[in-house]
Amino acid sequence: MSKDEHINESILSDEIKEHQKEARIDHMTYLPDMEVLESDVMERVISAMESYDYEKYTAADVLRAIENENRTPEDFAALLSPAAMPFLEEMAQAAKKEKEKHFGNSICFFTPLYIANYCENYCIYCGFNCHNKIKRAKLNESEIEAEMAEIAKTGLQEILILTGESKKMSDVTYIGEACKIARKYFKVVGLEVYPMNSDEYAYLHKCGADYVTVFQETYHSDKYETLHLAGHKRIFPYRLNAQERALKGGMRGVGFAALLGLDDFRKDAFATGMHAYLLQRKYPHAEIAFSCPRLRPIINNDKINPMDVHEAQLLQVVTAYRLFMPYASITVSTRECARVRDNLMNIAATKISAGVSTGIGSHAKDVEDKGDEQFEISDGRSVTEVIKAMENMGLQPVMNDYIYV
Amino acid sequence: MSENKKDSFMLGGHEFTSRFILGSGKYSLELIDAAVKEAKAQIVTLALRRANEGGVANILDYIPKGVTLLPNTSGARNADEAVRIARLSREICQSDFVKIEVIHDSKYLLPDNYETAKAVEILAKEGFVVMPYMYPDLNAARDMANAGAACIMPLAAPIGSNKGVCTKEFIQILIDEIDLPIIVDAGIGRPSQACEVMEMGAAAVMANTGIATAGNIPMMAAAFRQAIEAGREAYLSGLGRVKEKGASASSPLTGFLNE
Repeated sequence: MSKDEHINESILSDEIKEHQKEARIDHMTYLPDMEVLESDVMERVISAMESYDYEKYTAADVLRAIENENRTPEDFAALLSPAAMPFLEEMAQAAKKEKEKHFGNSICFFTPLYIANYCENYCIYCGFNCHNKIKRAKLNESEIEAEMAEIAKTGLQEILILTGESKKMSDVTYIGEACKIARKYFKVVGLEVYPMNSDEYAYLHKCGADYVTVFQETYHSDKYETLHLAGHKRIFPYRLNAQERALKGGMRGVGFAALLGLDDFRKDAFATGMHAYLLQRKYPHAEIAFSCPRLRPIINNDKINPMDVHEAQLLQVVTAYRLFMPYASITVSTRECARVRDNLMNIAATKISAGVSTGIGSHAKDVEDKGDEQFEISDGRSVTEVIKAMENMGLQPVMNDYIYV
Repeated sequence: MSENKKDSFMLGGHEFTSRFILGSGKYSLELIDAAVKEAKAQIVTLALRRANEGGVANILDYIPKGVTLLPNTSGARNADEAVRIARLSREICQSDFVKIEVIHDSKYLLPDNYETAKAVEILAKEGFVVMPYMYPDLNAARDMANAGAACIMPLAAPIGSNKGVCTKEFIQILIDEIDLPIIVDAGIGRPSQACEVMEMGAAAVMANTGIATAGNIPMMAAAFRQAIEAGREAYLSGLGRVKEKGASASSPLTGFLNE
């Protein structure tokens, strides 16, 4: 697949094509309310990605990278190259060994809770985008509590709070209240919400959150510009520096992801790894996590799909992350089916969600099921079912591996 | 060692005869019991952050009764967090024992000796039996000993690496200079390496990953136990002289004294 075929017009509705013609604000210029960091991380990530020529790597480079004990960015580059495709079995074996060295057979469990799906961004591939005609909703505090209480009954101890990206409809205080409620029911609280300033991250940390995940989607800024037509998210550098602001705000861990399939996945995966690598070097205490999402169909557009990122390529990316940063947490979401998730857990991933719904108000019976899903999930198994599946593979489910202090 | 001669060591006024401290992480909970039995361990460590009181997969439910629980403060990034986790552990585990782990390096998980020494001082005053995990540095070990540590737990190699006794010379210095039990912790991946540090005079060995990642966990626990016992007996019996380069010199340098 050539590079310009990743998301092309074939998947876009007439409405999106119309919107694409509109004049759009400069995606590289910060808006007035956005904190600007003195940091060279973005520049270094982008320049590493731009100079990454994955065609130059050979089988010998890949084999050397697999065998190396401490793998360098150059090894990571080789592992993500097409030359590595014939060595997926070797990569998987090595990844499993690394995973066991650092995590044993433990697999951490969590579930996402979507508390609102209002969104001001216009990301043309996302079900929550502000022009997509879906049911919008936001849970109030008692509904959040009811949903969390219901989730806690399943035995889960870690929750990931998500919102659509609307600071107006889901302001920082609202998210903070959700964190405080979550602390009553769960030991670990993570956030996957719109990027914010470091003082806002500090506030949410005080409210009980400790982990922040932000998907950069693609690190290719020109492509990014064509996919994110409006909203705060349009500002590429503000999003890219979110993890660093979160760490400055006192968050313990940060998660990284490129949405594989949006653009050249090899370059995006390389940039994701380099982003995590450089931040870990700058903030050695930071706990690093990767997510490995592929594009999924959304409501009103089933043509959106993972393009050239087939299961083999997904495996390549996940094992390359593991080999490059053996100590990082890796999550594989319910965008993937049970077969793929279970196998990736066995090989390289360390964290799995269970009992998942990406809609609003879907857990508790007395909370109205009132907002549509962000994307279609492929693994609807309950917590008990996923526990059993992990145990059947000889893996040890872990509900909490963390103390909030 | 003859059966009637007890070889024990003391930690905070408690006497132990097993010199194998077993970790409980990184492997299936239902194997903990068998591993403890095969190890004949009297002390089992657990990360307090893994405790899930009353919940699913609570590690505390799987540790056999009768062993001394040694909760660790993993997850702490500074002295203050270690102190708070230690206090929680006392409540949850009903144990005064605490292993101090202060780590703010997510890559190598190397302990911070400065912050660890601070935590030792605070917790020792509060009556804990404080067992600090540390990088083998004599000055830091002295500070921890002076601050009231019950033992010193130097690492042999980065935690989880199974690389063996990379810090051998420095551990030997601690064994020679610190009047507390030296318990070698982290990096011991094989029974032979456990044996090696016991021969050097370590009081005990703490191991987890080397056992957790073995094909047969209880069998590896037994192998470690035997290696630790062998190393201890070798130490007690006094190691034989090892000739460095073949036979003794035929022309002794001090021969002139008899001339």
